[in-house]
Amino acid sequence: MSAESDVNTFIDTTIKGHDIVLFMKGTPDQPRCGFSSLVVQVLDHLGAQYIGVDVLQDNDLREGIKVYSDWPTIPQLYIKGEFIGGADIVREMFQSGELKTALAGQGLIEA
Amino acid sequence: MGIIADRLKAKLNQALAPQQLEIHDDSAKHSGHAGAREGGESHFSVLVVSAHFEGLNRVARQRLINTTLAEELAGPVHALSLQTLTPDEYAAKK
Repeated sequence: MSAESDVNTFIDTTIKGHDIVLFMKGTPDQPRCGFSSLVVQVLDHLGAQYIGVDVLQDNDLREGIKVYSDWPTIPQLYIKGEFIGGADIVREMFQSGELKTALAGQGLIEA
Repeated sequence: MGIIADRLKAKLNQALAPQQLEIHDDSAKHSGHAGAREGGESHFSVLVVSAHFEGLNRVARQRLINTTLAEELAGPVHALSLQTLTPDEYAAKK
């Protein structure tokens, strides 16, 4: 990927093509950052099906997702095309039970 | 506190007039990790309690902080862990 529009198209297609998308450093099996690892653990714990996109594989993607989401850090979680937030927000929403409720409410995990 | 932490504090105080502001330098926990710098001041956790957060969702609250600290986030600060509460939420938590 090189052109900015290619990156945006890739992000757009990925977010719209999957219910839960996590832009992260490393992969769900091998996260390469503590904050990405935390979100992986939360999603796994809740039994959610998601795809992880490793931004370390492509520098244009790594920078592109920050611009796309208007969010300066990785990881970034999208559910049903909506930007949810980064590691702090996911942790808070998990601890309060909001994340489980939101996922169950959309039929993405068993209630 | 170090130079960077002081800068974070000054900018947050000015932008958000927090009722409570706590800045912790967690860099030692990340030494040797990518993005950690010699001398610390690369990883911070911050608690901000401000009336400016009323009516804003979590994403909007963090965006407000990210904008306020854009210069530091683009530079020396590698990771910022944020807790953003309104005075009411903070009181309920205590």
